[in-house]
Amino acid sequence: MKAKDLAAALGLEVIQPIGDDKEVSAGYTSDLLSDVMANAKEENVLITIQAHINTMAVAAHTGSGAVIICNSRPIGDDMKEAAAKEEIALFKTEKNQFTISHLVYSLLNKEQ
Amino acid sequence: MPNSTPIVDTSRSSLLTLEIVFNLKVRDVMATNLITAKRTDTMRHIQSLMKEHKISGIPIEENGRLFGLVSVDNILRALDFGYIGDTAEGRMTRNLIVLEDDMPLSFAISRFERYRLGRFPVLNKEEKLVGIVTSGDIMSKLLFEMNYAVNKLEGEHQGAAQTASGGNGNYYRKFNVKKYDFETGGRASTEIRRVLKERSLNPKLIRRVAIISYELEINLVAHSEGGKLSCYIKDDKIEIIAKDSGPGIPDVEKALTEGFSTATDWIRSLGFGAGLGLPNVKRASDTFDIRSQMGLGTIVKSTVNITDNG
Repeated sequence: MKAKDLAAALGLEVIQPIGDDKEVSAGYTSDLLSDVMANAKEENVLITIQAHINTMAVAAHTGSGAVIICNSRPIGDDMKEAAAKEEIALFKTEKNQFTISHLVYSLLNKEQ
Repeated sequence: MPNSTPIVDTSRSSLLTLEIVFNLKVRDVMATNLITAKRTDTMRHIQSLMKEHKISGIPIEENGRLFGLVSVDNILRALDFGYIGDTAEGRMTRNLIVLEDDMPLSFAISRFERYRLGRFPVLNKEEKLVGIVTSGDIMSKLLFEMNYAVNKLEGEHQGAAQTASGGNGNYYRKFNVKKYDFETGGRASTEIRRVLKERSLNPKLIRRVAIISYELEINLVAHSEGGKLSCYIKDDKIEIIAKDSGPGIPDVEKALTEGFSTATDWIRSLGFGAGLGLPNVKRASDTFDIRSQMGLGTIVKSTVNITDNG
């Protein structure tokens, strides 16, 4: 599924759309960036509350298809710019990681 | 004139050393992450920049154009004669000897020998400031190259098979990484990943190098007083080296234990400091070496072999 279709289906707020036609096939949920670095896979949508620029570096390194920031955490311009530069779509939701993980799993119906 | 020993006495070097020195260009050794000041900055401000970044010379530059250089000597004179509050404009060294980025390294070495200066600014063809070279930069690059050449010779001696080349020649780059600079943290590892992608290396291998370079970069940001991350791409392997200037790791064994971290709460709140960094690096490496001494600093050296299956 394309990142933009996932965002539309889950009603996510689009923070940065560049790269939203990337494919997302599964998800990875974590707030520990070293854990993401070690375990996330390509085409994963990264589900996290870490709303800062380093998350985009990790997303890029792991080949993430998109990033969803949970709990309506405020997102700075530097993070948006980094997302645009790396061409990774950035979405936001008021839901928490548990709920979004469930919704993403239901939609993609696939483990990592 | 100070009576120091030249970096490399080219008149008495072996053929191997000469080959290395002649094959390298100034751009291969220069530092590109420059700390500069403007003509209107005060000598006092420049002194504080030197202290903060632990460097001994600051180019005076505006929009890429080099106007002069302020060295520790200039600062000492300013303190002695009471003009530390003056702007750099009238107090900097103006008559500079510069290098060009595509000059051979041998040329740079002969300039160091001739002028006994601590550093040379580097300009590109458009006469824009693109880097700075110190004798330390040359030393560390030469040590790298010699180490590589010796390893290669040893390998050939033992009849070791040469691994297929993954790309287009050797690549070396050194990045300065600053303490607590989480805003640009990831810049060096991002650049390294870009270069590996350009060379169309195996994605699994790129991922491993990304893990190593990112974790080491973040370690420099979060735990060191600042340091340097170097990437060396050779025909058969990639080396990532993180070197910092302190404070040192009291117990390296502990630092390599998953879950152990000395990170502060605010670093943890950013999603770091879970005690996964060094274990991740070790796992992703083919060879891994860490040395640390309290008060001096830490060196981590990791290599990943270039093979077809990553």
